[in-house]
Amino acid sequence: MTLLRQIGFIAIGAILVNNFVLHRFLGLCPYMGVSKRTQSALGMGLAVTFVMTMASAVTWMVYEYLLVPYQLTFLRTVAYILVIASLVQLVEMIVQKTSPSLHTALGIYLPLITTNCAVLGVAILNADRFLASEGASGRDFLFSLTQGISAGIGFTLAMLLMSGIRERLERMPVPKSLKGLPVAFIAAALMSMAFMGFTGLVPEGQ
Amino acid sequence: MKTKDFTKGIVQENPVLVLALGLCPVLAVSNSLKNAVGMGLAATFVLFCSNFLVSTLKGLIPSKIRIPCYIVVIASFVVLVELYLGAYQPALNESLGLFVPLIVVNCIILGRAEAFASRNGILSSLLDALGMGLGFTLALVATATVREALGNGTLWGKTLLPAMRPALIMILPPGALLTLGFLMGTFRWIQGRRHPL
Repeated sequence: MTLLRQIGFIAIGAILVNNFVLHRFLGLCPYMGVSKRTQSALGMGLAVTFVMTMASAVTWMVYEYLLVPYQLTFLRTVAYILVIASLVQLVEMIVQKTSPSLHTALGIYLPLITTNCAVLGVAILNADRFLASEGASGRDFLFSLTQGISAGIGFTLAMLLMSGIRERLERMPVPKSLKGLPVAFIAAALMSMAFMGFTGLVPEGQ
Repeated sequence: MKTKDFTKGIVQENPVLVLALGLCPVLAVSNSLKNAVGMGLAATFVLFCSNFLVSTLKGLIPSKIRIPCYIVVIASFVVLVELYLGAYQPALNESLGLFVPLIVVNCIILGRAEAFASRNGILSSLLDALGMGLGFTLALVATATVREALGNGTLWGKTLLPAMRPALIMILPPGALLTLGFLMGTFRWIQGRRHPL
């Protein structure tokens, strides 16, 4: 029961309270770049969720079975970015072979994800939050995976909401110098303020 | 020609305010001036070193795997910065937190390696790195100045007006988005007045 509770708190925390885009400011380049249309926002969101989940699982294994035993934890950043880059390549190749329709839907977004700081961010956050304790355990793995999936869902949610706002903003009489990105930032500020209303859903220290 | 490599990054092609690259660190660590300067210097150092190495090795890196190569180069310098900050600046390291390792995926650094350093000589690349780094730092400092002054009533830790009640929202996440939005708008407005379309 407590395990389920903890997993629930991690999920709510990553989706709503500490939303990766609006609270932690991770993955803003795709957030601002690809959120002009709902279709592409959804594609990007799903691709990121997929890669984040895979990356959480793989980086956990790299950390526990490669970096910790050989005392190489200071090389975490290099190891993680290499793992993520090759993972993205691998996912792209597999998707291309097995499901061409999914590939055409996600295709152009997959290479962009390598330099998406949200993916590396979730891997490092997992390591800082769940792996600091001694020894590898199934619980840490489960928590990392939950945080990976929920962070992806939170990212997709923020992307979708933003794309709806921006489709409307394009037809609004915005002052010339604020057109495009600046007014999108101001809209995002209001959204972020609304998301702050979720603070307190997760008790302190969970 | 050479001076333009340096100056274009500061105003004309400012990486943050004009090209909208590297936004995550600008928003996340601009809650105080000290963090902003620390982050700016760290990113400039990495950019300088990676531009140097990439422009030196540009003949040797096969074009098909160039992106992974650039990432490895950048990541090694980021590890240097991480270890240095952890050893000598623990307070700064603590407050920058996650965003020190995330310099690896700062789009400015990879973008300059791909768009400039891999096509130009060493001297031009170094000047480009300094200019872009300075432009990034200035944008960070500008955002941080507004946020710290309004949100905390201080600048570099010193109280500005003892009677002023700070607006806490400015150092919370929404304040960052709001400040950057208005800063970008102001920047465009000034540029539009100087060079009417």
